Amino acid sequence: MSKYLLKRLFMSLVTIWAVITITFALMHSVPGDPFRSESKMPPAVYENLLSQYGLDKPVPQQYVIYLGNLLQGDLGASMKSRVETVNDMVERGFPVSAQLGAQALLIAIVFGPALGSLAALYQNKFPDYLSMVIAIIGISVPSFIMGTVLIQFVARNVAYFPIGGWGTWQHTLLPSFALALMPLATMARLMRSSMLEVLNQDYIKTAKSKGIRKSAVILKHAVRNAILPVISILGTTISNLLVGSFVIEKIFGIPGLGRFFVQSISNRDYTLIMGTTIFYAIILVAMLFIVDIAYMLIDPRIKLAKEGR
Amino acid sequence: MEKILEVKDLAVSFKTFFGEVEAVRGISFEVGKKETVAIVGESGCGKSVTANSIMQLLPMPPAFFKNGEILFNGENLLSKSEKEMQNIRGNHIAMIFQDPMTSLNPTMKVGKQIVEGLIKHHGLKHHDAKKKAIEMLDLVAVPQPEKRIEQYPHEFSGGMRQRVMIALAMISDPQLLIADEPTTALDVTVQAQILDLMKSLQERLDMSIILITHDLGVVADTSDKVVVMYAGQIVEQGLTDEIFKETAHPYTQKLLASVPRLDMNRDEALLSIEGTPPDLYIPPKGCAFYDRCDKAMKICKDNMPGFTEHSATHASRCWLNHPMAKTNEGSGI
Repeated sequence: MSKYLLKRLFMSLVTIWAVITITFALMHSVPGDPFRSESKMPPAVYENLLSQYGLDKPVPQQYVIYLGNLLQGDLGASMKSRVETVNDMVERGFPVSAQLGAQALLIAIVFGPALGSLAALYQNKFPDYLSMVIAIIGISVPSFIMGTVLIQFVARNVAYFPIGGWGTWQHTLLPSFALALMPLATMARLMRSSMLEVLNQDYIKTAKSKGIRKSAVILKHAVRNAILPVISILGTTISNLLVGSFVIEKIFGIPGLGRFFVQSISNRDYTLIMGTTIFYAIILVAMLFIVDIAYMLIDPRIKLAKEGR
Repeated sequence: MEKILEVKDLAVSFKTFFGEVEAVRGISFEVGKKETVAIVGESGCGKSVTANSIMQLLPMPPAFFKNGEILFNGENLLSKSEKEMQNIRGNHIAMIFQDPMTSLNPTMKVGKQIVEGLIKHHGLKHHDAKKKAIEMLDLVAVPQPEKRIEQYPHEFSGGMRQRVMIALAMISDPQLLIADEPTTALDVTVQAQILDLMKSLQERLDMSIILITHDLGVVADTSDKVVVMYAGQIVEQGLTDEIFKETAHPYTQKLLASVPRLDMNRDEALLSIEGTPPDLYIPPKGCAFYDRCDKAMKICKDNMPGFTEHSATHASRCWLNHPMAKTNEGSGI
């Protein structure tokens, strides 16, 4: 097992290194740079800016310098924000996005599989139709519409919910819900189809033939097997939720990490592009690893460490 | 002989998008105490539906009981509530299934799957249930049961899994065991072991067995009585000797003729019954075997034959065996 963990850790580092290298190369292969867009800049100022950020050096040299700084945990200075470094931005934005994401995740994980199971148990009856209508709305309504609708019809009428901004727990409720809807719907649909499949399995019939209660058959025998496909999408879902959504954070005026992903690219803010990408890659790789372990704990047929035996 | 189970005029249908499928069309048979009754027939003739009807494990809807009774110790199972059935299932009637590879929960330890039933039906504490589970595995000759109960089904071979299934079925000393093709998915040597095991448990526990199979070799070895089903009906039933030696129905005759024999020539083609069973969306008005029977007569097409009794225990459903047919032999009907 520990051998597997070490191997896995090494592979994760290689993956992150590959992400860094490819992003770096792609970023520099696009014509232009962070400062060229600002027109009417005197050439001397432009030259000075380039040399201050090290952009006058050859790209391979910049890459080596960047990697060196990165190894010391320094993501560099933002090229657009004159007051904050990239580390500052991540440190400020991530806790906000992560709280929002974690709450959304909780909503999605509690209600998604439950709704899906309910739909499967009452296949082609009212609960099924209701769950699937919710799921289809969740998948097909874009989050910016959902966010706007929530502000217009809920926040404006119920004083408890602020319209936007960040500060108290009430501020987090509507955006968490808006953020949760899509993964909730995906999980519900996935759970419904896998539950239908599991309910037709022989071992469910065996469990029933033992004479145990129907609720025990479902909770102890069906759900654990049916939840496996849902677990497998959790890695990407969790990391997407944790690093924040540009759209939801914009609509509700939340100072999260989400906006940096978009701003960095439109501003050609090289260090911020690298910083956000690396941060996302690290979270994703870590989550996929955790999900693989969870998978093994739930399904004993899956052994992570084949060579360990 | 004391009767354990009596199926009377049982008819089961499935509602589908295209209409009603009459899977079982009015069957009656009895199972006596300590008796083994084999239900034979080809795939899709209603054997498993019959078995699942007794356990009431059919999905309802689409399945529904159209007619008949299933009397277990004189009580009609079809009028029992789900709660009452839960007390009967696994306690008085137990069932094992065709494919041991899929009939155990892959994500639950084998021991826990046995313990579950013990806790339900005997109210045992977890610790005692575990001890009893080890005894049960020992009873069905699973080696090293203390170690084995901590393992998952994928760590067992097919034969061992079927033994676990039998242990599961045996936890409450059931009066009736329904075995739905218990050996079909196993290789021949393991098959013999499993059948021997069932036989020895039957003697020890005085239980009755309904054995569903399409393997007539298994039937000859193990059963006291045979029920031959075709297209949702019983076409012939009798004591095993009567079915094998005084075969009365053309379908049974063909089934027996299709069994490969060791004394056959190597270049001799294996016999098979041409055609397929009729579609049960619109069951035929007359004899269901009409299309495939080489002894079919005019009357068979539109008139359903009744049962002709050959002895107190042996009956068949064929116009050829009708008393009038014998007297008219050769007259061109």
